[in-house]
Amino acid sequence: MSANQLTLWYLAASVLFILALKGLSSPTTARRGNLFGMIGMGIAVLVTLAVVARGNVAGILLAMVIGGAVGAFVARRVEMTQMPELVAAMHSLVGMAAVLIAVAAVNNPGAFGVADPLPMGNKLELFIGTFVGAITFSGSVIAFGKLAGLGKTFRLFSSAPIVFPGQHWVNLAIGLVMIGFGVAFFLSPDENWTAFIMMTGLAFMLGVLIIIPIGGADMPVVISMLNSYSGWAAAGIGFSLNNSMLIVAGSLVGSSGAILSYIMCRAMNRSFISVILGGFGAAEGSAAGAAGEKTVKSGSAEDASFLMQNAESVVIVPGYGLAVARAQHAVKEMAQMLREKGINVRFAIHPVAGRMPGHMNVLLAEAEVPYEQVFEMEDINGEMGTTDVVLVLGANDVVNPLAYEKGSPIYGMPIIDVHKARTILVNKRSMAAGYAGLDNPLFYMDRTMMVFGDAKKVVEDIVKSLH
Amino acid sequence: MGGTVDPTVLNIVVFVLAVFVGYHVIWNVTPALHTPLMSVTNAISSVIIVGAILAAAPMETDFGTVLGLVAVGLAAVNVAGGFMVTQRMLDMFRKKQK
Repeated sequence: MSANQLTLWYLAASVLFILALKGLSSPTTARRGNLFGMIGMGIAVLVTLAVVARGNVAGILLAMVIGGAVGAFVARRVEMTQMPELVAAMHSLVGMAAVLIAVAAVNNPGAFGVADPLPMGNKLELFIGTFVGAITFSGSVIAFGKLAGLGKTFRLFSSAPIVFPGQHWVNLAIGLVMIGFGVAFFLSPDENWTAFIMMTGLAFMLGVLIIIPIGGADMPVVISMLNSYSGWAAAGIGFSLNNSMLIVAGSLVGSSGAILSYIMCRAMNRSFISVILGGFGAAEGSAAGAAGEKTVKSGSAEDASFLMQNAESVVIVPGYGLAVARAQHAVKEMAQMLREKGINVRFAIHPVAGRMPGHMNVLLAEAEVPYEQVFEMEDINGEMGTTDVVLVLGANDVVNPLAYEKGSPIYGMPIIDVHKARTILVNKRSMAAGYAGLDNPLFYMDRTMMVFGDAKKVVEDIVKSLH
Repeated sequence: MGGTVDPTVLNIVVFVLAVFVGYHVIWNVTPALHTPLMSVTNAISSVIIVGAILAAAPMETDFGTVLGLVAVGLAAVNVAGGFMVTQRMLDMFRKKQK
């Protein structure tokens, strides 16, 4: 196959990747889009295999079969509540693969059709691809640990922010030294392995250090950011191999992750920088401490069930607590029973509810809640004032009316206006403050009733008393 | 002005255009599908498997080809896992006919 033919096949694959993403504009076209993506990937792999037909194809196929089998197994088995961990793990693999390819390219540029010794331009691109890949890898490993709740086994995986004095200066220093080694690698006339290895090692370290100060509820931003990095790493490798398809695929993914990060930050009304610098929520208890004297009304699942049965409209606001308790199926059953009684039941989803973008939507879809009943925050907020009953399940900061009070730490954050509803039911495990470490005035309102307990248990009890 | 265009310049052209395309396509993705978006982008960025294949291809086994094979394996986990888990999620979003 000539280089021209190869490039045209790669172009076809690139177009198919764009169509795959375009399909996600609606649930009805998304499955076809995914098929386009698979075809694109199939083309990319097959034509590349054709190029190396005289090489070690058997070994490559074996590696693909082993890797593919692992991937298929995990994809079938993973629970929807574990999706954030899975995505983090997959980011780390992309990052690691990018690093390995870069090392192989430094070792033997000839295999990639790149001049040996490496020209300066390619070195610069390899440098970028490698350090972004390395940061993606180690950062995603930490994110994975935090999301999988491995904090007890290994302290670096703690979901609480890990902060120490001078942290940002340390990171900055490491970053600068890393770039210094990168420049040394770039300027050396031959393969400067020492500089390359030092740079890669520091990049791995930096990945760990930039993720540990970021707390659990900021994970939607972190995971989107790592998604973006994995794309840029792929694009960087594409630059060094002069492969336009890799550049296109990497850039698509890079911009996707960047846009998701932006959407997540906007939904928390925080700047990207403030999330990345981390430490948010570390000062727990300061604001929550003043809660002592205020009283809350609490009720049982039966009370909640009674209130909902007598409503005309019910809006359910799910949060991370729903995912932790794996309550999505119970919630679906409850919603269905209420609907059968002629009550208008809808779901309202805040963009940062859960641990990754779209987390709640997937959980509800898994439980077979029709997506027509699931609304985004801005589409349902206007109707909150005329809603009879709102049921908040394991969400806190995203329904905190302090967001409307000047001077509060979350001032300006868009929230679901549940406090405007006629009756508010809040399910929580305890009165503990949310991630932001803030007390929530919603809980003390006259129209609010707290229903304490595990989300799944409470919803199941509600279902029982609906019978 | 004259001569041929350096490949790096062409790469930059492709890169900038692809970022533009990405920007416009991604803003049209419905928020309900943001999780499948992440898993499918994961699968798509695993197209670096083509780089891994090139690294693994030379017949004489050395340090570089071994790394290449490992990279092929890692990327293959993502290719298969990414597309399949996306498909699984999207199947859940299918309209229920009842």
